[in-house]
Amino acid sequence: MERLLEVKDLEVSFRTYAGEIKAVRGVSFHVDRGETVAIVGESGCGKTVTVQTIMRLIPMPPGFIKNGSIIFDGKDIAKLSEKEMEHVRGSEMSMVFQDPMTSLNPTMRVGAQIAESLIKHQKMPPKQARERAIEMLKLVGIPNAEKRVDQYPHEFSGGMRQRAMIAIALACSPKLLIADEPTTALDVTIQAQILDLMRDLQKKLNTSIIIITHNLGVVANLAERVLVMYAGKIIERGSLDEIFYNPRHPYTWGLLMSVPTSELDKSKRLASIDGTPPDLFAPPVGCAFAARCEYAMKICYERYPEDFTVGDGHRVACWLMHPMAPEVKPPVGKGVTLS
Amino acid sequence: MGRYILNRLFVSLITAWVLVTLVFFLIRLLPGDPFLSEKVTPEIKANMMKYYGLDKPIHIQYATFLGNLLKGDFGYSLRYKNRTVNEVINQAFPYSADLGIRAVIFAAIAGVTLGIIAALNRNRSWDYLSMFIAIVGVSVPSFVIGPLLQYVFATKLKLLPVSQWKGFAYTIMPTFALSLHSLALMARLMRASMLDVVNQDYIKTAKAKGLSPFQIIWKHQIRNAILPVVTVLGPVTATLLTGTFVVEQIFAIPGLGKFYILGIQNLDYSLVLGMTTFYGLFLIAANFVVDIIYGLVDPRIRLAR
Repeated sequence: MERLLEVKDLEVSFRTYAGEIKAVRGVSFHVDRGETVAIVGESGCGKTVTVQTIMRLIPMPPGFIKNGSIIFDGKDIAKLSEKEMEHVRGSEMSMVFQDPMTSLNPTMRVGAQIAESLIKHQKMPPKQARERAIEMLKLVGIPNAEKRVDQYPHEFSGGMRQRAMIAIALACSPKLLIADEPTTALDVTIQAQILDLMRDLQKKLNTSIIIITHNLGVVANLAERVLVMYAGKIIERGSLDEIFYNPRHPYTWGLLMSVPTSELDKSKRLASIDGTPPDLFAPPVGCAFAARCEYAMKICYERYPEDFTVGDGHRVACWLMHPMAPEVKPPVGKGVTLS
Repeated sequence: MGRYILNRLFVSLITAWVLVTLVFFLIRLLPGDPFLSEKVTPEIKANMMKYYGLDKPIHIQYATFLGNLLKGDFGYSLRYKNRTVNEVINQAFPYSADLGIRAVIFAAIAGVTLGIIAALNRNRSWDYLSMFIAIVGVSVPSFVIGPLLQYVFATKLKLLPVSQWKGFAYTIMPTFALSLHSLALMARLMRASMLDVVNQDYIKTAKAKGLSPFQIIWKHQIRNAILPVVTVLGPVTATLLTGTFVVEQIFAIPGLGKFYILGIQNLDYSLVLGMTTFYGLFLIAANFVVDIIYGLVDPRIRLAR
């Protein structure tokens, strides 16, 4: 498959009064055309900063790209001017945000909000853009689109607004769709509908998707490859099956164990990972997870582990993979089924 | 929308009735009467009271007043001989209205512009300059600004006429002096509102669509940020149209303010009542119009019951 996006050694920091926050600390990954990649991790691990940097939506200042390159379709995003970037955003890559209740402009008709990027990027006359907006609303499964196109966001339900957001994002048929926790603010039945919709549309339009989530159910539903982030770094990556059935990093184990499943022993408490993520003002020199890791060794605190390749495309940044490390039996993995 | 307007209209009428009734009784609760003067003997006074119908029981006076009011008749002034309240208003109000409307328009346009400039240049010199003007405007009263303007622009620089109301050049200083306070208020409100809106998610959505900064500010930010300013437009119109008295005095404009103050001092019942009713209805109408504008700007309001 052909590469669409290649992120290399990306480092993003924010200058604040208290010092420099190192939000993303050397992230490398790629996305192929038509592929879906999920980034998982807890709040504050740098998932959102990573993807918003790809779209250059991070306010700069205070944010800045400290190092690294973002090659998207042959262009280095990190080096484009703001004017050039306007032609990339919304036309070649676009984004669906977490909260559909606040992500649509309340004083503008939904149709006009979809038409906006068509008028800007494809120089469509307003009338034609409106027709296209109706088509888009139909495509994302909004009934009665001819009427809905002239309504305001407050006349839409939460799920419909997220559908409208997807219509906005896909209006110009972008090569890359970034979905930042697209289902977090929705209730469970609507979540499933939105995920189905995204999967269908991806097949139809052959768009690449980066989906950010902390919900592993969403990952299982949609993604082909998974990146697990912790404290600004990717600590484990692999295909969906590898991550779910053969996880190697203790943090990934923790994530998988904290998912409620139908087979769970109801007399036991759901597992959680003790402790909190490290301070990103002064991240530890060694593995950032060591302080919370029950398998931590001396070296974990002293040196950051290199990426160990454990399978085809499955790489783990953990000293337990070192040949000299003790054998540890994963508490989860084989046989775990997710809803 | 039609139902919304009817609803507002009904509420407006009730408000007007409550206002008129309150003022009718309150003015009569003030100590003294309109003919309080050493020169007026008790006999003359009794005659006067009878002539103006003030000797009748209060509920009859109230009924007569309401009846005349429905016909648009405010009655005779008790102090200005042979002049009806309607005549006083007809003669003086155009000046006040002219000044007030100029001030409202100037305050709204300049205030909103200043607020936008300040917000877009947050924590830079344009912001500090705009907010300095706003703070001066809020804290310095018009009776200080007025004479100051006259001194600088009329007496010293001889650019503008000192006073009176005879053409556009005459309107500049009074309009500015009258509107400065409201202008400052709106500038601060608009700035705060702009800064609030810029952090909203839909601004990020607009940016993610690839719109230019100008398009984002113009189509997404200002339209939403202006809502709170539209809300205060009603009360600001009220302040500017009724608060013209001081500025009218300073610039010798033959407006309505003077009559109002004298009417209260002299306990000229019909003049005070007439003018209060007139102003009250005027303001209720202004608020009514603002409500409708608000509904046009913010689609969410239209559906509200």
